[in-house]
Amino acid sequence: MAPPPEPRRPYKRPAISDQQRRRELALQAQSARRADAQARARALASSLLTTPTPPAATHRHEEEHEEEEEQEHTVADVAASASKLRGSEARRWFARQIMLPEWMVDAPPHLASDWHVFARPSGKRCLVVSSNGITISRVRNGSILHRFPSALPNGSKRDISGPASSYSILDCIFHEPDQTYYIIDMICWRGYSLYDCTAEFRFFWVNSKLTETSAGDPPSANHRYRFSAVPIYECTLEGLQAAYSGGTPYVKDGLLFYNKHAHYQAGITPLTLVWKDETCSQYVIDTDGKGEVPNEQHLVLELQEDGKLVTSDDPPVVFGSLDNEFIQKSNLRTGNLLRFAVRDESVRLVDGKMQTGELQFVGKPNRARAFADSHSKALFQYAARHAPLRIDDLIASIQSNNMELESTDVEMQD
Amino acid sequence: MSLDVTQVLLSAQSADGAIRKHAEESLKQFQEQNLPGFLLSLSSELANEEKPEESRRLAGLILKNALDAKEQHRKNELFQRWLALDAGAKQQIKGLLLQTLTSPVASARSTASQVIAKVAGIEIPQKQWPELIGSLLSSIHQVQPNIKQATLETLGYLCEEVSPDAVDQDQVNKILTAVVQGMNASEANSDVRLAATRALYNALGFAQVNFSNDMERDYIMRVVCEATQSPEVKIRQAAFECLVAISSTYYDKLAAYMQDIFNITAKAVRGDEESVALQAIEFWSSICDEEIDILDEYSSEFTADSDVPCYYFIKQALPALVPMLLETLLKQEEDQDLDEGAWNLAMAGGTCLGLVARTVGDDIVPLVMPFVEENITKSDWRQREAATYAFGSILEGPSADKLAPLVNVALNFMLTALTKDPSNHVKDTTAWTLGRIFEFLHGSALETPPIITAENCQQILTVLLHSMKDVPNVAEKACGALYFLAQGYVDAGSASPLSPFFQDIVQNLLMVTHREDAGESRLRTAAYETLNEVVRCSTEETAPIVMQLVPVIMMELHQTLEAEKLSTDEREKRSELQGLLCGCLQVIIQKLGGMESTKYSFLQYADQIMDLFLRVFACRNATVHEEAMLAIGALAYAAGPNFAKYMAQFYQYLEMGLQNFEEYQVCAITVGVVGDLCRALEDKILPFCDGIMTQLLKDLSSNQLHRSVKPPIFSCFGDIALAIGENFEKYLIYAMPMLQSAADLSAHTTATDDEMLDYTNQLRNGILEAYSGILQGFKSSPKTQLLMPYAPHILQFLDALYNGKDMDDTVMKTAIGVLGDLADTLGVHAGPLINQSTSSKAFLEECLASDDPLVKESADWASIAITRAVSG
Repeated sequence: MAPPPEPRRPYKRPAISDQQRRRELALQAQSARRADAQARARALASSLLTTPTPPAATHRHEEEHEEEEEQEHTVADVAASASKLRGSEARRWFARQIMLPEWMVDAPPHLASDWHVFARPSGKRCLVVSSNGITISRVRNGSILHRFPSALPNGSKRDISGPASSYSILDCIFHEPDQTYYIIDMICWRGYSLYDCTAEFRFFWVNSKLTETSAGDPPSANHRYRFSAVPIYECTLEGLQAAYSGGTPYVKDGLLFYNKHAHYQAGITPLTLVWKDETCSQYVIDTDGKGEVPNEQHLVLELQEDGKLVTSDDPPVVFGSLDNEFIQKSNLRTGNLLRFAVRDESVRLVDGKMQTGELQFVGKPNRARAFADSHSKALFQYAARHAPLRIDDLIASIQSNNMELESTDVEMQD
Repeated sequence: MSLDVTQVLLSAQSADGAIRKHAEESLKQFQEQNLPGFLLSLSSELANEEKPEESRRLAGLILKNALDAKEQHRKNELFQRWLALDAGAKQQIKGLLLQTLTSPVASARSTASQVIAKVAGIEIPQKQWPELIGSLLSSIHQVQPNIKQATLETLGYLCEEVSPDAVDQDQVNKILTAVVQGMNASEANSDVRLAATRALYNALGFAQVNFSNDMERDYIMRVVCEATQSPEVKIRQAAFECLVAISSTYYDKLAAYMQDIFNITAKAVRGDEESVALQAIEFWSSICDEEIDILDEYSSEFTADSDVPCYYFIKQALPALVPMLLETLLKQEEDQDLDEGAWNLAMAGGTCLGLVARTVGDDIVPLVMPFVEENITKSDWRQREAATYAFGSILEGPSADKLAPLVNVALNFMLTALTKDPSNHVKDTTAWTLGRIFEFLHGSALETPPIITAENCQQILTVLLHSMKDVPNVAEKACGALYFLAQGYVDAGSASPLSPFFQDIVQNLLMVTHREDAGESRLRTAAYETLNEVVRCSTEETAPIVMQLVPVIMMELHQTLEAEKLSTDEREKRSELQGLLCGCLQVIIQKLGGMESTKYSFLQYADQIMDLFLRVFACRNATVHEEAMLAIGALAYAAGPNFAKYMAQFYQYLEMGLQNFEEYQVCAITVGVVGDLCRALEDKILPFCDGIMTQLLKDLSSNQLHRSVKPPIFSCFGDIALAIGENFEKYLIYAMPMLQSAADLSAHTTATDDEMLDYTNQLRNGILEAYSGILQGFKSSPKTQLLMPYAPHILQFLDALYNGKDMDDTVMKTAIGVLGDLADTLGVHAGPLINQSTSSKAFLEECLASDDPLVKESADWASIAITRAVSG
């Protein structure tokens, strides 16, 4: 008779071999990537992107707009490093994570088919990270705006679900008057990276995920600030009209345009654009340190070692230079941000690039400021003072695109 | 046929290879030309008392092999062949077999019992040999003990071969009665009693009804317990084996007997022969297994209404059980750590102690610690080793709160012992115990203050790296400890405490792999596995060192490829080493390819690495290397579309992997790699899809391939379709019917056990992932309409799943996603179909209300897509 199996148990050995572990890890990775691929394939049509927005108070808030450069990051970096960082290290790191729009100086082609538009809430742009039972928001220069409990995933001690360390990272604007975080983009949700997803998909995700939590509820003890999605439109004539003149619960500060196919990318990108006029923003033309519109256009530039004055673009654009004598006399150092005035008549536009003649040193800007102006901002500001890009120009651009499409159709039927 | 069967059978066992080969050829020919004649002459040979024992035994063995095989497909073939045989021939063969049971030659009887059981295994489920059991039972009452013994043995084998539901309860009762009577102390012949005891072991599965009846159960238990007291050691061992089997099959029926069982096991552990004592310990280990499972179930379900209640036998026996097990720890053998196959009382006792700790948790600590404290400083190495082993054994189970203070005290002692103890045995166990400390009491998930601090981390590393130079078995355990030390820092973020020593650790591990004696105690394997874990848990700051490791490992792999003219043994060793090196490269590729900061500089090596992998494949003839395949999957993911340039050369091995039915793990991994390739190459995989799809379709229709590979193959269809979009068109006519028939089958399977249900759900999930990928792949294509004919069936499948009520959350998530995909891709055309389907609405609502966030997420998506499709 066959003897029963020998009850030999593993002795002083781990229960599973490393090879089995490698196999299992590979399988897990494969199924996670399959899920990713599927989720991307399911990125939804834009008609689904608008959701009703909760009501809120109206007011305004002062804000500066800057932009700066950085390389790409994956969520692995973000998830791993986000909360481990402390102090100044954290500030520098966060400062490099936000995706920054170029200023729109020309309407891009195919606005209607390839772009989303929404009214930008006025307020402080910040990254909101919830994990390990706490929510932290950091403004663009990396310093902490609020540290608070929220109903975001793992955003308060009461709400821990799944691994406490799984992060959610939202790109928000904090709107002071109604004390609400308006979500303008989503980078990571419950540890699931949205970096490599298209804007179209990310917007869909914002709406479907927000309703999954009670983060949209009014504030309570475990949820200090309300989160709200902004209404996002296809950039058709109707969509643009709705974003431009439709009512919003928040004070508008210009319009943001997102290319539907663009991934989230840290730093300045031409695939998101900001545009303003007096109707939809209080702050079309830059103010000086006292909050007044100066007579001449101001530029904030960074001083380089060789005395050159550059923008925050990557690569930087040189707008002029300072001589050593002046640098020493004024006690300036490499990396300092300096404010200059530009006389209009000294500006020339060559191949879409702005060139300035004489720069007049005005002083150092507000210390909270972390970055120089970008080239597109300088250009937009110049245009705003002379021949601004108007809403009618945007409408005309959409209309001409429509006509192009129609005419192609006709040709194809021939 | 004028073949002298006896002579051929004897020649087939000849020492002369040529004669043997010739005889085997003749037998094979005979079998092919005239199967019934062949089987008949073999059974005549077996039954013939005039023939030599050797030819009879081989005749029986060949008969057995003509009725059964290991591989399922071969087994089915043999079954069919037997059933198709001429009834008269079968009748004759069976008669001869039964006749052999009365032979005076023991080996002939025993062979015949096995062959009879094989025939019964085929025929009884077909209701074809109804008189067998009756006729066996009637011979039980024969006077001759040899016939009685052979009959009981046959009944035992029969119970092993035949499933319990193929036998009437009435016959089961009779079999059990006969078996238990044979076991009874009143049975004078010990061969009969042994045969009966072993038969009971196999018959226990038939005794469900009898174990539910108090009187019958009492009787069986009494006879089994009495048999543990037999003067024959083999009977005692067989009786304890029955107790072990009863402990897992009838755990919930044991309460009344536990006190008695404790007494007899304790007596056996303390005084009986080792083979018996080991089974007595195994009884308690098995009870632990049961209770660990039940308690696991308790904690995972809040309702606590699991089928089997926990009787807490271990908790109740604890005060007596633990001292008994501690005594066994002192019975070590001198060189047990050097012998891979060793299994003795001390090892079994310590293993059981570890299981007891997992069962009862904190309660074990005060019972074990006095033993540890008393013995750990004794001059006899046995006492020091037993104390250390006891301590190491209880580190899993009790809470960190309970253990942390003890471990804090013990840590320094252990580190000193590992460096200074004169006994290798003690050092081996000490290193293992350190590994257990790091495994269970170190890591960011713990809430107790860390055991390993910035202060002692360096000291620990110094000791471990030093021990890696010790004798192989100690060095292996030191590697194991380092493995868990590194694992504990997996979440350490950017600043791992190991980073400052990273270079040192890597160099020491590489040195271990080069030791002359690294082949002993699986030391080389342990060193590479630890290196893998160290790399996996490394952080960005040590990425440059990991990067330096790439050319080093590549060079090692290169060297294995240079060796020529190897013996079979050397080739085996080389393949093993290549496996370790490919495994290591796989981990490195995942690490460096997964970080943006290193990905691009790492990919400079891609050409060379790929070249090496291709050469690894080339030096095996017919099979591809599983580890190299896994590594290639990782490389493809890191390289993305650039991987396309390797495809022309790699493709043949991919195909070879997909054809590997025998090593189905290799096939499964290759299928996974196809998925990786799809995601990396996207439409660039198109030129290879004809070949891949052909192979996958063949795999699916094969009855040789292990079933576990089939669900991933379906998922792989989805991966391909998602990658190549509407180009999947030409595969629809092949893939869709397969999906449909698999879907029908899986929807209507009533799973009889958990394993079956698991498999069914995996299959469903694979099918649904295929549908999902195909639907999404065709989205926005002008050819979407090609999918319309399949839509009704997909919806029926979803209806069937919903109504079946036995899908798990994963299937639910995928299924509701498919509903969304259908609506999304087919748009308004799908609307009416969805409206008509019987359960879509209810299914969606149930998913929307699900607690599982993934199900809900999928349902949210589906809900939006459906609303759009339905509203048009």
